[in-house]
Amino acid sequence: MSGLMEKLALLALTPPGWGGVLLEGALATLAISAGAYAAGFGIGLAGALGKLSGQRPLVAALDVYTTAVRAIPELILIVGLYYAGTDSLNRLLAMFGLEPVEVNGFLAAVLVLGIVQGAYMTEVLRGAILAIPVGQIEAAKAMGMPPLLRLRRVVFPALMPNALPGLANLWLNVTKDSALIAVVGYQELALATRIAAGNTKQYFLFFLAASFIYLAITLMSNQVFRLMDRRYRRGLPQSA
Amino acid sequence: MAGQEALLPLDIKGVHKSYGPHEVLKGISLRAKRGDVISLIGSSGSGKSTFLRCINFLEIPDSGSFVINGETIRLKPGRDGRAHPADMRQIERVRAGLGMVFQNFNLWPHMTVLENVIEAPVHVQKRSRAEAVEQAEALLAKVGLYEKRHAYPAFMSGGQQQRASIARALCVDPAVMLFDEPTSALDPELVGEVLKVIRDLAEEGRTMLLVTHEMRFARDVSSHVMFLHKGQVEEEGPPEQIFGVPSSARVRDFTGALAA
Repeated sequence: MSGLMEKLALLALTPPGWGGVLLEGALATLAISAGAYAAGFGIGLAGALGKLSGQRPLVAALDVYTTAVRAIPELILIVGLYYAGTDSLNRLLAMFGLEPVEVNGFLAAVLVLGIVQGAYMTEVLRGAILAIPVGQIEAAKAMGMPPLLRLRRVVFPALMPNALPGLANLWLNVTKDSALIAVVGYQELALATRIAAGNTKQYFLFFLAASFIYLAITLMSNQVFRLMDRRYRRGLPQSA
Repeated sequence: MAGQEALLPLDIKGVHKSYGPHEVLKGISLRAKRGDVISLIGSSGSGKSTFLRCINFLEIPDSGSFVINGETIRLKPGRDGRAHPADMRQIERVRAGLGMVFQNFNLWPHMTVLENVIEAPVHVQKRSRAEAVEQAEALLAKVGLYEKRHAYPAFMSGGQQQRASIARALCVDPAVMLFDEPTSALDPELVGEVLKVIRDLAEEGRTMLLVTHEMRFARDVSSHVMFLHKGQVEEEGPPEQIFGVPSSARVRDFTGALAA
């Protein structure tokens, strides 16, 4: 019994407990995920509209992007983009005679995961836009709405009910994919867990604790997506 | 009255439109004076809906000249040899002066009826929300939907949705109303309530273009009727002529059931 209490004491928020480290890691995971998700959404919306624009060179370029990113394992993309990105940035700086910089791990993580998310978002959002009845967009055109206003007032609210299930999947994916960022040394929840476990040799305890934190993130996310679904499905019959 | 002449709501000449090798409009012209109610009739595939949709450029015509509310639409030849609008801003401006009512209503499902109606006044015409709401509520009362103003379209009958979409089109104070088969998607028992609203608008002296299969209605409300056949005007004239003593045998066959 006292053994169990001793173990649980290791989860305390303050040293010698490692709970604080884990929670900080969890916050880092959430911050990276949110940043990457937002970046991915922006890329995805632009990508979807680009693919639907019918401009051939643009469509071809976007096809290369979405195909390549979705074909290559994310671990390779992350390591590759991180080191290649840092390297080419520093080469560029050297060309202008500037000192090499240490790339901010957080920004790099957000950017790299955002590029990955963007490829999947492009396809989710493209499908969601194609599913909008064309008459709704024609009505907006007929009322004299210019393209950006149509996008904001009609297309976006109409695509969201179609896109939300796919968007929820992508969010849950990115919360876990952010664990891959550990390979470039950024301390988020997965790396924090490994460090805590390695230091205390309590692998089972810390990986179980981390699993519960991931589970908690998922459950909270589900609530948020349920609220969003209710909001964007207002006006739509339940069965649809 | 030279001023009125210049302000013809619609002066459209020689509209051509092809889909691939299939020529659906072979040079159609139309002039509407203020207060005209012009019905476009003819069998399916005659090009009447396509022609209507060319007027607000939901379909881009291959060629033709368009003067809408006194404004000449600038077209430029594209690489494909067809005409393209030279200035989409002008198209948007002109569209805002044309109230379009669709066969399938096309209300925006994420907005209530009232929100649908005030959308263009507030966001396109930049009018104050309070003023738009006031006008929208008056229009909804006129089409018998004041009580339903906070309902979402999906929870209304087809007839109610179509009346709401008429209110939406009216709320931009359009110079011309365009109706594209407004009752074709409705159950028979709902057709009457929509036709009544359109009839009221005709009696108010609104300038309207109406694509319809409701022959009796077209005869009653129109000041002018155009019969289209295979992308051309087969015959046009006052309803007494088209529905009474048409010179074309094809028109006589088409409208014959009415005379009996």
